[in-house]
Amino acid sequence: MNGDAWAVIGALAVGTFAIKAAGPAVLGRRPLPDRLTGVIALLAPALLAGLVIMEAFSGTQPHHVVLDARAVGLLAAIAGRLLRLPLPVILVMAAAATALTRL
Amino acid sequence: MSAGIATVAIGVAFGLLARPVIGTIGAIVMSIVVFAGSAQLTAVSVLAAGGSAEAAVLAGLLMNLRFLPMGVAAASAFRGGPLRRALEAQALVDASWAIAGDGTGRFDRGLLLGASIPQALGWWVGTAVGALGGAWLAHAKALGLDAIFPAFFLLLLIDQVKDRRALIAAMLGAAICLVLIPHAPAGIPVAASAAGALIGVRPRRDAEGPR
Repeated sequence: MNGDAWAVIGALAVGTFAIKAAGPAVLGRRPLPDRLTGVIALLAPALLAGLVIMEAFSGTQPHHVVLDARAVGLLAAIAGRLLRLPLPVILVMAAAATALTRL
Repeated sequence: MSAGIATVAIGVAFGLLARPVIGTIGAIVMSIVVFAGSAQLTAVSVLAAGGSAEAAVLAGLLMNLRFLPMGVAAASAFRGGPLRRALEAQALVDASWAIAGDGTGRFDRGLLLGASIPQALGWWVGTAVGALGGAWLAHAKALGLDAIFPAFFLLLLIDQVKDRRALIAAMLGAAICLVLIPHAPAGIPVAASAAGALIGVRPRRDAEGPR
């Protein structure tokens, strides 16, 4: 493990502490401007969609977009979600579907 | 209770993902000192894809910015001077915030602080199990374990997409990432996908309720 990883952990710890503390300790109960709240509320869906794309469709070589067995795992996860199965079960289904596709 | 079990499962997934990237000790330390699952997963995903430390921190902190309006909303649940309130505010996690809010803007102090204890224990235990157990999983790819993370992010995303604006932001984020992967340095595509949230500057039309 290199120094970069510790730097990331440290910076994230300090930054997260400050973000969580800002509202209750500094801003009090004054609401944030509507436009700012609107953008912040949409950060999680935008970033999560980017993460799905990168984790499912980026190749082992950099800069390559690939369609492989992981896509089958995503479809299995959607099926599990539609069936309202518990989260750990869905994740096992996704892994199993991908593994079977690779046989 | 079910929120605690889900947190353990996510912690195991985080430990598995993080061990090859930041090591067993790094994964466990990160879960203790950062204590924000989605930001930790984001940062480690960026590092795993070969992104720089700066890109990993940027993407992780963007993911955590949601705690700013959540903290403002729940501000009345905390007591004491600024320092004590800042420390109490560390109990804010998605699950405790959701459990403590009654839907009308009031937050239950006991639930907010209390719910974070099983969340923290579940997160740390899960991370340790994933990070230590990952060493035995030599054939991660044959077992399809690399499909767990996109599947997990997709499930989190489905929970987040509650109205049309969130759906549009998600589609923009996905498109930005897809277009940038062949061209931008590793880690940048995910951080840039946050730009999909900029459609939030448009005022919400009153006619559009939750789906």
